[in-house]
Amino acid sequence: MSVLSLHRQVSVIGAGMTRFHHRLHQDKQGRELFVEAALEAAESVDNDFAFGDADALYLGYFSSDMFERQGHTAALMADWLGMNPKPAYRVEDACASSGVAVNAGIQAIASGMCDVVIVGGVEKMRTLGTKEVTDTLALAADANYEAGVGFTFPGLYAAIASAHFSKHGSTWEQLQQIAIKNHVNGKKNPKAQYQETIKEIADKLGERKGMIFRDEMEFLNSPLNPVVASPLKLFDCCPISDGAAAVILAADDVAKKYTDTPVRVTGIGQASDTMALHDRDDLTSLRATCFAAGQAYKMAEVEARHVDVACVHDCFTIAEVVATEDLGFFAKGEGGEAASEGRTALDGEIPVNPDGGLKAKGHPVGATGAGMVYEIFNQLRGQAGEHQIADAEIGLVHNVGAAGATVTVQIYRRG
Amino acid sequence: MSVPRYWREEVPRYRLLGKVCAGCGAKFFPARPVCTECGSTEFKDHKLAEVGEVVTWTVVRNPPPGFEKYKPYVVALIELEDGMRLLSQVVDVDPEEVQKGMRVEAVFRRVKEDGKAGIIQYGYKFRPVVE
Repeated sequence: MSVLSLHRQVSVIGAGMTRFHHRLHQDKQGRELFVEAALEAAESVDNDFAFGDADALYLGYFSSDMFERQGHTAALMADWLGMNPKPAYRVEDACASSGVAVNAGIQAIASGMCDVVIVGGVEKMRTLGTKEVTDTLALAADANYEAGVGFTFPGLYAAIASAHFSKHGSTWEQLQQIAIKNHVNGKKNPKAQYQETIKEIADKLGERKGMIFRDEMEFLNSPLNPVVASPLKLFDCCPISDGAAAVILAADDVAKKYTDTPVRVTGIGQASDTMALHDRDDLTSLRATCFAAGQAYKMAEVEARHVDVACVHDCFTIAEVVATEDLGFFAKGEGGEAASEGRTALDGEIPVNPDGGLKAKGHPVGATGAGMVYEIFNQLRGQAGEHQIADAEIGLVHNVGAAGATVTVQIYRRG
Repeated sequence: MSVPRYWREEVPRYRLLGKVCAGCGAKFFPARPVCTECGSTEFKDHKLAEVGEVVTWTVVRNPPPGFEKYKPYVVALIELEDGMRLLSQVVDVDPEEVQKGMRVEAVFRRVKEDGKAGIIQYGYKFRPVVE
């Protein structure tokens, strides 16, 4: 693989995010959510920033068509931000939509076409019921030969989990440590959908049902945590969420005008893989993650062991295990055990998803990749609040589309 | 699935028919227009084996629209005797009894119903081989 490089250095100068939530935004449209995130991003820029300063908008929105009966959403958002006549691009790469939007924005600056761009994403999902949402998400799988035979997304990741258990001897109990950890982190994040530990949820639901749980595992093994697609249960799955995130990028030479503490983009990677699982030799690893991460590490001239904090795509608990292995934090097959040992906790050797991850923070699919950049921006500027990782200098963002047909990785460094 | 899409996919679904690249011999199911191995666009038909084994599987308990009446159902990645892989439901079996390596054979079954007035889609499912 040849080492790619950015011909012009790029920094993050601002980031904003709505709270991700399943009920809170019921009366809002996607456009309102995105504007809310973008306003916060503009506000976060140290020196004055106006939307008109940006040369382009890159917007990730997976399925505005199905969720809101609204197309052409990039132009719509640019219009609502008052950016006309600046160009606006909608990016649709399933759950990696805004990860790809971020990469596209970085490349637009690196190419010299733009000095400043707004990138971000939004998804307004709670306009539909759970079954219809599942059906809409399944559009990101092969409609003929995956969804068409009855596979759902939980089903595809369940197949990945079964394959991982069988090849590496990992266990469902190990996966639970991911969910427990991400809820512990989410509790510390005021933007998270679920700001409760699983023990607190167990106590609350238990009280309602007249059941007492000694600990999380007893609850997670109870009928209150039903199987969705074996071996994955309800608490192995991220929730359905509404939300938006926006990030402001600037060329390094321009960034100085806006802030003394930019967060530099040091490496980016992106890869595609087969849509359908039946075309993959090995289900226990996402090839696109390995490729994208390899590209990003080389460009940034760092290795996995140098990363201080990472946001990885944990749409299901098994996905975080596979991601931490594919990104090189742990050897193949050891991600589950590493999580069980607390090595990915806030005080572990490589804190993963300090913001609660998709599991607790929520997963408005088009907003997720940009939401991760929001977190890493705050971590590297030391302003992440209660879930701050001390002295974090290098951060990694990993965003996956569907079951790994699209993956983006970015590496950021404190400026 | 739309009626035209279903109609176009009818033959491969009904007959388990894939393609083999005339250039390099790589086999594909479903058919593709460009060989991912050598770039050739010339293909011949390839009839898939109808017996294979379960590589990995799951039991779907929250089915998407159109599949409700089958729940809970088993969906699996199956490797056929000719090395081809496909995803399919595994039927005529207690979901708890499915395991890696279980030998299965193709059967022609009703797959999905698009509501009461929509088309009824048929195609392949797999069931355990009775040894």
